[in-house]
Amino acid sequence: MCIGFPGKIVTLGSDGSAVVEIGGVQRTIRLDFLGEDASVGDYVISHAGYAIHRVDEQLAEERLATLNELMSHETY
Amino acid sequence: MKHIDEYRDPELARRLLSAIHGRAGSIGRTVTLMEVCGSHTHAISRFGLREVLPENLRLLSGPGCPVCVTSTRDVDIALHLAGINGVVFATYGDMMKVPGTGGRTLQKLRAAGADVRVIATARDGIDLAEAHRNRQIVLMGIGFETTAPAMAAVAAACREKAIGNLSIFSVHKVVPPALQALIDDAELAVDGFLCPGHVSSIIGTAPYRPIAEAGKAAVIAGFEPVDVLAGILMALDQIAAGRAEVALQYARGVNPEGNPRALKLLGSVFRPIDADWRGLGTLAASGLVFRPEYASLDAVARFGEPQETSREPKGCGCGEILRGVKTPPQCPLFGNRCTPALPVGPCMVSSEGTCAAWYRYHRSGLEAGPARMNAESKKLRRNSL
Repeated sequence: MCIGFPGKIVTLGSDGSAVVEIGGVQRTIRLDFLGEDASVGDYVISHAGYAIHRVDEQLAEERLATLNELMSHETY
Repeated sequence: MKHIDEYRDPELARRLLSAIHGRAGSIGRTVTLMEVCGSHTHAISRFGLREVLPENLRLLSGPGCPVCVTSTRDVDIALHLAGINGVVFATYGDMMKVPGTGGRTLQKLRAAGADVRVIATARDGIDLAEAHRNRQIVLMGIGFETTAPAMAAVAAACREKAIGNLSIFSVHKVVPPALQALIDDAELAVDGFLCPGHVSSIIGTAPYRPIAEAGKAAVIAGFEPVDVLAGILMALDQIAAGRAEVALQYARGVNPEGNPRALKLLGSVFRPIDADWRGLGTLAASGLVFRPEYASLDAVARFGEPQETSREPKGCGCGEILRGVKTPPQCPLFGNRCTPALPVGPCMVSSEGTCAAWYRYHRSGLEAGPARMNAESKKLRRNSL
């Protein structure tokens, strides 16, 4: 029930809906909780048919790079 | 899949694991972390993390699975509503096999002729109501802060479109009161919590402050192996340094302030109420019921409750398992009288349930005795067979 995956917005509907693609599968979701913040190409996390979060890709990449760097230098 | 595959990188996971072993070794004593999200429970079992983590690190599963914490009484009410003539009862699939009093389930009710439908999104309720104007549609409103906003949006859409043949049975629950109950539970000695990623997408980081104030680590973590391992490492770092704070591992899925739009709608449709949790009892302001403006959508007000007294399934350890004081193999029913095909308690039903995860991913290990299965669990499991 609480399982959510990040899907990429492929089209935006005129009624507050969007089609997202997750691993080759397309699903229609609602954007009520993101408003104008979402555009085509964005990754959003959806639950029960509603997008609840837009992924900040730059932040995601920075955090992952930092983790990789920490682990490869065995800073720990 | 972007934002998933990178977090399944075996090399990065190995390095994190090595760091975790080092950190746990430096702490020396046994460290107990509790995950309070069914998706964490599932991920930890699915990716076999329990088997490769240090001996002195205990992972407990808390009350993180919505159908599992739903009381037998609420399951009975759902069964009552679904059995009313002319009602189309629509629910997320997890609820179908959850047993009410006497082992009755929605699935059995459907087999006996009731119109029970599985929906993937709350929005399907509106489509059902519009497609069946002469029927009464009842939606099962279940889930934590992650899914509750979707039901709030449906309620708002119902009012907007003046849909009169839809009502909602809300057993929605909110996570912070359950965390507080766990913190206050003297029987449960936990050093830190892995906090739910997608609940936090809605509520943000602030509601976890009481955990840190109680001197325990709180790390909001994602659901891939690298996320869970990085979350565990961040918690161990705090414990090793004697710190207790709210940390965010899952930054790609959570804004620290949460989702203000979803919170606003949630607060305008629902208000908090005391609610019964399986295993935890009645927790103040931990459930969500309709505000007066939406009271006409309340399915129980519309159709009433069943007269019969509700009874918990005999011998079921779900309550203690949800509080983290027992692991599934310590329940005498686990794996013999209670299986995913014929579940006695809800923890064996949902894929997010602790017993279901253990049954699916650890059972062969429990029977064959692999290298790294928790010795105590193995012994208890043998005794229970």
